[in-house]
Amino acid sequence: MRLLTHNMLSSNVKGVVDGFPLRLEAEKWVEKEVELNVDFLRHIFHKIEWKALAGAARAVGYGELPDEADAAMLDAEDFLRRFHHALLEIHVEEGALVCPDTGRRFPINKGIPNMLLNEDEI
Amino acid sequence: MWFLCVFYHRLLDYRRPEVESLAELFGAFGGGVGEESSSTRSLEWKLPDSHHLDSPFHFVSFPSEEIARNVANRSILVKGLYELWGQGSSYEELEKAIKEFPDERKLPYLLSESSFRITVDSFGKVISFKEQNERIQGLSYIPFKGRVDLRKPDHKFWLIETDDYGSTNGLPPVVQRTVFFGREVGAADRKLLPTYQLKSRKYLGPTAMDAEIAFLMANQGLAQPGKLVYDPFVGTGSILVAAAHFGALTMGADIDIRVVRDGRGPNCNVWSNFEQYNLPMPISLLRADNNMPPWRPGLTEVFDAIICDPPYGVRAGGRKSGGRKLLKGLVAPYSVPQEKRVDHIPSTAPYSLAECVHDLFDLSAKMLMIGGRLVFFYPVVRDENSINVQFPEHPCFTLIASCEQILSLRYSRYLLTMVKTGVYTEEIKESAMKMHLDFKENHLKWLEDGNLHSAVFSPADSQEVPDGKPKFDRDSKPKYRGKYV
Repeated sequence: MRLLTHNMLSSNVKGVVDGFPLRLEAEKWVEKEVELNVDFLRHIFHKIEWKALAGAARAVGYGELPDEADAAMLDAEDFLRRFHHALLEIHVEEGALVCPDTGRRFPINKGIPNMLLNEDEI
Repeated sequence: MWFLCVFYHRLLDYRRPEVESLAELFGAFGGGVGEESSSTRSLEWKLPDSHHLDSPFHFVSFPSEEIARNVANRSILVKGLYELWGQGSSYEELEKAIKEFPDERKLPYLLSESSFRITVDSFGKVISFKEQNERIQGLSYIPFKGRVDLRKPDHKFWLIETDDYGSTNGLPPVVQRTVFFGREVGAADRKLLPTYQLKSRKYLGPTAMDAEIAFLMANQGLAQPGKLVYDPFVGTGSILVAAAHFGALTMGADIDIRVVRDGRGPNCNVWSNFEQYNLPMPISLLRADNNMPPWRPGLTEVFDAIICDPPYGVRAGGRKSGGRKLLKGLVAPYSVPQEKRVDHIPSTAPYSLAECVHDLFDLSAKMLMIGGRLVFFYPVVRDENSINVQFPEHPCFTLIASCEQILSLRYSRYLLTMVKTGVYTEEIKESAMKMHLDFKENHLKWLEDGNLHSAVFSPADSQEVPDGKPKFDRDSKPKYRGKYV
């Protein structure tokens, strides 16, 4: 699971009002190089909850993202590279996403987050 | 500029929509993709005199040769786009037409420093090698100065012939013999198909999408670099593989954890299907329920296309969360004991196609960019009512193409291509729910659980109509088989 996915997911357990951001508990992660696509980054930037991304990046030991970001920073190549790296090049293989409200753990195995709810959560 | 467009004689319904989609992709309509008009603009088409709509020969107009070339080269069903130098119902007429075609458009392609090749092709008839040679010799009135190169010529010329015949041989009727001669501008790369054919795919499921159709779906979804394509019923990833081939970033979800996570081992899973073709891995694969998507509430307009083959209960049925029966002695509500939560496998319930399509619309209306495309298959029972098929609708979407593929005597599937033309709001959500219930009530009894399956698989004698004749009379089929190809 890459951090872009983390940024898109929330806990949808019944009764949870604000299930975002999920706390990332990473046990194992790898870094894989991905080709940088500037157009995609510019487009997706506006969809990203920056604080959640920076927080998730810190959870996997990447502290190079600023705490705040605005669209003007997309012109700086250095910023683009860091954004790209955090968003797409870190793969969480094992771990969990934890609901901030209820503490429900959504496991991540073999890179796949399991977002399916139990019978008493729907 | 007009071009002769010769199609492969297959998937007839898919041919023009594919060209239209690729025209949009390569900017034939000017401006960026995404304006509301993208659902209404289309190319100008003509048919040669006395040709049936299902004929492989069409004329189509593009703003430039470059766009035409891009469209043809990316397509799956365009055998070739040609600059037409002449046509006629006989070789005498053809000669006259070619001689009348302006020199300034011919001579740049006949220069002595260039190489060329002439291919003789036919539709609905066979031309022997000897006859082919004679036909080529017969073109000596064209002043070819270049060198012949059969392998990698600079310019490819085509002489294509089709005879007049009735409709008895299963081909679309042609009233008059026609001979075309033209210069090739571009052609589909059908070598993709053996490369990606399912029988050499490492990880396959029972409903893996055929490579040719998957490419057509990716073309309808305008997959290209920098675009994000999502498949909510990803399975073994066969649709996303096609989208990734065209450079799109991909995401997929499935309710079945074994399919997306485990596959058949470390080197035979969804990831390995991408690795096999050296394609970039999906951005994300996750296990989620289309009925209860886990996307964060504020997230909207993030995907460029949603391309999928929803489970419609013929070869594989849909599942959603829920459906657990209480064990004896327990009282509602159902709960999972704390110590058993870790490896608990939640139960699932059947997921009818009507509900599935409604959820797909809701997800797409919310998550697609304006101008983004929703491309999915929709099954239809073939009976006397299927002449006017009613497709499901949503206030945010405009249907731009519906392509039928007949699967058996009893049912066919339509590839629906829709453009998101309206912004998603809470009011829209409610009115879409009303439309859905209305549609379900009026049209879709057979979409309910199991009905489609029984329509497809029940024995023939149970399908007799009151007057005793079987519903599907094989002899009553018209000789021309149309969409069966």
